[in-house]
Amino acid sequence: MTGLWEWITDMGNSKIVALILFMSTFIGVVIFLFSNRRRARKFETYRYIPLDDDDSHREPVARRDKTKSDEQ
Amino acid sequence: MSQAATTAGAAPAASVATSEQYNYAIIKRFAIAAVLWGVFGMAAGVWIASQLAFPFLNFDIAQITFGRFRPVHTTAVIFGFGGNALFATSYYVVQRTCQTRLWSDSMASFTFYGWNLALVLGVITYMMGITQGREYAEFNWQIDIIILVVWVAYFMIYLMTLLRRNQPHIYVANWFFMAFILATALLHIFNNIQVPVGLFHPHSYSIFSGVQDAMTQWWYGHNAVGFFLTAAFLGMMYYFVPKQAGRPIYSYKLSIIHFWALVFLYMWVGAHHLHWTALPDWVSTLAATFSILLLLPSWGGMINGIMTLSGAWDKLRTDPIMLFLITALAFYGMSTFEGPMMSLKSVNALSHYTDWTVGHVHSGALGWVAMISFGSLYHLIPRLWNVNLYSLKLVYVHFFLATIGIVLYITAMWVAGIGQGLMLRAFDQYGNLAYTFTESVVFLHKPYVVRAIGGGFFLAGMLIMAFNIAMTVRSGIKAEAREAQAASAEARTA
Repeated sequence: MTGLWEWITDMGNSKIVALILFMSTFIGVVIFLFSNRRRARKFETYRYIPLDDDDSHREPVARRDKTKSDEQ
Repeated sequence: MSQAATTAGAAPAASVATSEQYNYAIIKRFAIAAVLWGVFGMAAGVWIASQLAFPFLNFDIAQITFGRFRPVHTTAVIFGFGGNALFATSYYVVQRTCQTRLWSDSMASFTFYGWNLALVLGVITYMMGITQGREYAEFNWQIDIIILVVWVAYFMIYLMTLLRRNQPHIYVANWFFMAFILATALLHIFNNIQVPVGLFHPHSYSIFSGVQDAMTQWWYGHNAVGFFLTAAFLGMMYYFVPKQAGRPIYSYKLSIIHFWALVFLYMWVGAHHLHWTALPDWVSTLAATFSILLLLPSWGGMINGIMTLSGAWDKLRTDPIMLFLITALAFYGMSTFEGPMMSLKSVNALSHYTDWTVGHVHSGALGWVAMISFGSLYHLIPRLWNVNLYSLKLVYVHFFLATIGIVLYITAMWVAGIGQGLMLRAFDQYGNLAYTFTESVVFLHKPYVVRAIGGGFFLAGMLIMAFNIAMTVRSGIKAEAREAQAASAEARTA
C-alpha cells in the first residue's frame, strides 16, 4: 500500500495519475448519467427550467404602432 | 416580420411583480455598458486595422499608435463588451433560473463600478504607455488588484444567490457561469503574480521567467479563451437559445457531458501557442492532443444548441434574434474545428506568427462571442425595460452587416496568413529565403484593406444596434414615466 502511495506521489508519474484521475471521473459522470433510466428521465425534466419562469411584460401603447409598421 | 420574438403581452401587474422580485437595475446598467464598450472597442479595432493598411493614420501621435491602441481594443471588446454582457446575462440567468433575487444589491453595484473603473483605468494607462506586457492581461498591478476584489465580490454574489435558490436543481447555464468565475479567478491570480518596482510605481516584474513565464502567459491566454470567451458564453447560450426558441434545450444529458468534458480538457491546451519554442516537446504534444480531444465537447455543445430548433426551423425565417443565436453556434462550430487543426504542429508551423491566427481569433470573437451576445442582449433588453424592441428590421440589418463583416474579415486573414506563412518559409534553389520580410509586408496590404472594410461592416452593425437599443430604452423610460404619472393621478383622485 505504501509503495502504491509512493508511486502516486512521485512527480514523475503525475501525467499517468492525472490521466487516470480525470478519465475515471469523466467515465463516472457518463455512467452516472446513463446507468439509471429513471435518473436520466429526471435529468431531462430540468430542460424546462428556463421556460418555467414568468416572462410576462407589457406592450406600451406608443410601441404598438411601431410594431404594426414593422410587421407590414 | 414578427414581434412575437421580443414580446409576451401579459398583464402589467405581473411585470411589476417580476421587476420587484428580481434586481433588474444592475442588469440594465451592465447591458448598457456592454453596448457602449462594444461601440468604443470595435471602433478602436477598425482604427488599428486601418492603421495596419494605411500607416499614416498613426498621425505621429504616440497615444494612438498600434502598439498602444491594440490593447485598448482587446480590453474594450473582451472585458468591456464581453465582460459587461456576461455580468448582465449571468445576473439575469441566475435570478430567473433560481427564481430568487440577486444576493446583495450593494455588492452587485460594487461589481459594476469596480469592473468599469478598472477598464477605464486600463484604457488610460495603455494609452500612456503603461502596460504589463502580458497579452490580454496588460493591466498594471494596481488595476489587477481592483479586478481581483471585484471578482471575489462577483463570486460571492453568484454563490450566495445559488445557495438561496427556490429551484431544487441548479440549471446547467449556471454551471458554465460558475466554472467561468472560478477559472477566471485562478487564471488572473497566477498570471499576475508580480513583484512591483515600488508601492506607487506602475511597473512590476513577473515572478516567473523564461519559458515558465511564456507557459504561464499562454496557460492564462488560452484558458481566458476557454473559460471567459467560451464557457461563460455557453452559459448564455444554454439559457437564451431555449428561451428565444420557446423550446427546451435538445438534450440535458448532453449538456452535462458537454460541461464536464469541456472543463476537464480546456486547462491542458494552452501550450499549443508555444509549438516550436523552448517549451519541452512533450508539453507541446500533450497540448495538441487535448486540443484535438476538445473538438468532441465543442461540437457536442454546438449540436445541442442548434438541435434545440429541431422541428421549428421556420423560426429562422421570422426571428432575426434567433438568426443571431444560431449563426453564433455555427461560427462556434467552425472556429472550434479550426482551432484544433491549427494546434497540430505541422499546421502550426505554417500558421503561427501569421495573420491566420488573427483571423481564427476573430472568427471566434466576432462570430461566436459577439453574435451570441447580440442575440442575448436583443432578447434581454426589451424584457428589462418592459417594451418591444424599437425595430426588428434594424436587427435584420445588423445581422447581415455583421455576417458580411465577419466573412470579409476571416477570408482576408486566411489569404493574408497562409500567403504570409508560405512566403516566410519559401526557399530558392540555393537554399536562400525566396522572399524578404518587406515583400511579405507588401503582399499583406490588400488583405489588410479588406479586413478593415470587414471590420467597418461589423462596426456599422454595432452602431445600428446601439441606436436600436437607445430607442428601445427611451420608449421604456417614457412608458415608466407615463405609468408613474397615471398612478399618482389615481392616488390623488382616491
